[in-house]
Amino acid sequence: MKDVSRLKSVLEKGGFAVTSECGPPKGADPQAVLRKTELLRGKVDSVNVTDNQTAIVRMSSLAACCLIKKAGLDPVLQMVVRDRNRIALQSDILGASAIGIRNVLCLSGDHQSFGNQPDAVGVFDLDSIQFVQAVRNMRDQGIIVGGEPLSHPPDMFTGAAANPFADPMDFRVVRLAKKINAGADFIQTQCIYNMERFDRWLGIARDRGLTEKAYILGGVTPLKSAGMARYMKTRVSGMDVPDQLIRRMEGVSKDKQREEGISICVETIERLKQTPGIRGVHIMAIEWEEAVGEIAERAGLLPRPVIDDQ
Amino acid sequence: MITAQQKPIDEIRGMLVPYKRILVLGCASCVAECAAGGQKETAMLASTLRMKAKMNNEDVIIQEHTLDRQCVKDFVVTLDDIIGSYDAVLSLGCGAGVQAVAEMFSEIPVIPGLNTEFIGETRAQGLWVENCLGCGDCMLYYFGGVCPLARCSKQLFNGPCGGSVGGKCEINPDVDCAWQKIIDRLSRFGALDRLETIYPPKNWSRKQGGGPRKIIREDQQR
Ligand code: SF4
Ligand code: SF4
Repeated sequence: MKDVSRLKSVLEKGGFAVTSECGPPKGADPQAVLRKTELLRGKVDSVNVTDNQTAIVRMSSLAACCLIKKAGLDPVLQMVVRDRNRIALQSDILGASAIGIRNVLCLSGDHQSFGNQPDAVGVFDLDSIQFVQAVRNMRDQGIIVGGEPLSHPPDMFTGAAANPFADPMDFRVVRLAKKINAGADFIQTQCIYNMERFDRWLGIARDRGLTEKAYILGGVTPLKSAGMARYMKTRVSGMDVPDQLIRRMEGVSKDKQREEGISICVETIERLKQTPGIRGVHIMAIEWEEAVGEIAERAGLLPRPVIDDQ
Repeated sequence: MITAQQKPIDEIRGMLVPYKRILVLGCASCVAECAAGGQKETAMLASTLRMKAKMNNEDVIIQEHTLDRQCVKDFVVTLDDIIGSYDAVLSLGCGAGVQAVAEMFSEIPVIPGLNTEFIGETRAQGLWVENCLGCGDCMLYYFGGVCPLARCSKQLFNGPCGGSVGGKCEINPDVDCAWQKIIDRLSRFGALDRLETIYPPKNWSRKQGGGPRKIIREDQQR
């Protein structure tokens, strides 16, 4: 079987892509990865595997991707520049390609001070944009940073993240443009709760022709409770949760809040499906993978298309 | 300048345990400016150490002396006359000062009394802030006079990250987002277009890739 990116195939065929996320365990048990994977099988096209998210030591993203790949799903290898210099990053890209991983998402990463190793050095040799560029140069020109040729280029559908909700507002689209110019094939956004603000950002991106140059997947995260909504609003920087949404969550009894969270999420996806320039959705159900199938079902995203070349 | 802070007194006393005749050695340059190791602080520390020694019935001699620049050989040399009377030096110089003294007087232990912190500025009375990493290839022109290496928590060359909110950094609301400042300053000069192009990977060999750095200026050598 030839290794191809399912995500790329779906997008290139004009489909509305669905990705989700799997956070590797704080331990070495492969079953912990595979259990989560099973919840996502058939519900999504590809599964992002987070890289020591929130700077907490976890099973390596590359190893977890390998497990997911073996289980027959299409992993998206998330890689942060916090922990590895350009030698290690490029080497891992080659390794990942060699074992058949076909998607990478290049990220800065959460700062080490947030996690369980606050004494660690932050590497930040490349930034996420330079990393995107490095991967694209490896793939398309067969060269590494500095220009030396590779004996065999990696095959990687290359992505980056974008946060439409951070400051400075006017510069967010410039940064998106830089990521796309650096070579990002696809973009996954921060979770969207403020659809108006998202539309404004996307409108500018559309005007600049950016939505034609890269596939943009809107990010969504179902809220589990009103408490979570408040926490996201006040404690997670760069997250925009409108008060009206918090009130809506508070308006239902505690035992119904999860369901309300799913409904909000489904409504957001419905709107994203109607939004020109949006080519898919990235469902980040944090430690709640069970919800992904229901969300996909209710948002009319199932069944996922069959890709004949796989 | 180089900034520093005095180590906790117990840590200092712990390192001094084996010694009986101690020279507390200040430096009147950077560490005086940041009130960590100048003449005044040196005198204060020496007297604190004498007092503690007395309270604990320790039989030690502690004296103080301050050089104009502890990191410059021409000044360190002047210790030649006095250093023989001591069996240890407690240096209140920056890391460079400590090592300059150690390099010249190989027979005597030189103990650091400061934690050397960063290259920074005195922004207000009692406030010092980091603003340069000494990267060996200054990029301040491109970034409107705000260093993304020293002042952005993630050292982004193509920032800001997705955590920048209201001019503050995601790691701590007390930390300003360097990238907000870069953008503000460049837009004031109408030079925001400098940020449209991708800033390439940094050449770190100018900082650390080539091993410990040296500047050799033949025109300055005698
Ligand atoms: S670019 Fe380099 S030399 Fe210039 S301020 Fe920043 S760290 Fe210092
Ligand atoms: S918030 Fe600003 S200073 Fe902090 S890491 Fe992001 S870009 Fe850098």
